[in-house]
Amino acid sequence: MHIEIVTPDKNLYSGEVSLATFPGSDGKFGIKENHAPLVATLKEGKIKLVDSSNQEQFFDVNGGVVEVNHNKIIVLAE
Amino acid sequence: MANLKEIRSRITSISSTRQITSAMKMVSAAKLRRAQDAITQMRPYANKLKELLSNLSESTEGSAESAYTEKREVERVLIIPITSNRGLAGAFNSNIIKETNRLIKERFQEKDVTVLAIGKKADDFYKKTSYNIKGTTLPGKLDKLFDDLTFEPVSEVAQKVMDSFAYKQFDEVVLVYNQFVNAAVQNVITEQYLPIIPPKMEEEKEVKSDYIFEPSQEFIISELIPKSLKIQLYKAILDSHASEHGARMTAMHKATDNATELIGDLKLVYNKARQASITNEILEIVGGAEALNN
Repeated sequence: MHIEIVTPDKNLYSGEVSLATFPGSDGKFGIKENHAPLVATLKEGKIKLVDSSNQEQFFDVNGGVVEVNHNKIIVLAE
Repeated sequence: MANLKEIRSRITSISSTRQITSAMKMVSAAKLRRAQDAITQMRPYANKLKELLSNLSESTEGSAESAYTEKREVERVLIIPITSNRGLAGAFNSNIIKETNRLIKERFQEKDVTVLAIGKKADDFYKKTSYNIKGTTLPGKLDKLFDDLTFEPVSEVAQKVMDSFAYKQFDEVVLVYNQFVNAAVQNVITEQYLPIIPPKMEEEKEVKSDYIFEPSQEFIISELIPKSLKIQLYKAILDSHASEHGARMTAMHKATDNATELIGDLKLVYNKARQASITNEILEIVGGAEALNN
């Protein structure tokens, strides 16, 4: 599935991942393929992205919003 | 005919002016690129946020209300004109001030108007008028925003403006700024900032997916609305910043062209005068020789 992480100052990341975990306002959660449409707010923490070859990547966020729709994740981070 | 020395010194002074204007043009061109990059980076974020917000308010029914959407009888108005800190950018700043004055005179006639100026030019213009921000909780001296244009300081200003609206210091907030179209074209835009105008519903839109909301829809909307307001202000400032450099580049380009033309004209006059004086001299010599021969 495709993920885009955008901040007001730049496009942080755009690419394919198989798993993404987010620091949600009510606790950490992960998104896998074919997740139902979701909108969630984030608090301060790390976004973890895992791609198909199990490579991990981390991004620090100060909060933001995640939208998941049809295997497309959009993260509006701060 | 002006004497040679005079023309020569005018030519020198115009060429040094041309040097300055062409240097300013180069500098603006370089800065324009940076400012343009910033705004193009920023637009996807603003668009996504808008999309998300309109998706959300569509699936809620009228629950997207908050302190920032409340419509009140308009008595006190806050106008936020965005100008630059420096001049020499053609009509860039004067357009904004003109538009702001027009708003005060026409649309907000007999209303209590306050002006929160962003950028030194508008600040200089309005700080001595009765529209200045004395006696409000708004931040003054906003020209520092342009020194290091990032989201953080802008969002602080936006927060203060939002607070002042929520505490009913103002009933309407309007932005006036130059929207960046391209290097040569800027549009003066007047945009209502607060209260938020709800996004227009498109009737024939297909039914949106049912979202899961985490933690809750109300919470998300209450988070998103201030965010989108901050982004709106940030975008306006970035737009204005890019426009400023575009306007200055165009103005300086024209100034350089004009200087070149002037120098050409003056050179022609200079050469004619020089030739005339040489002809004169020859005539004198010939006349002198003739007189000796007789």
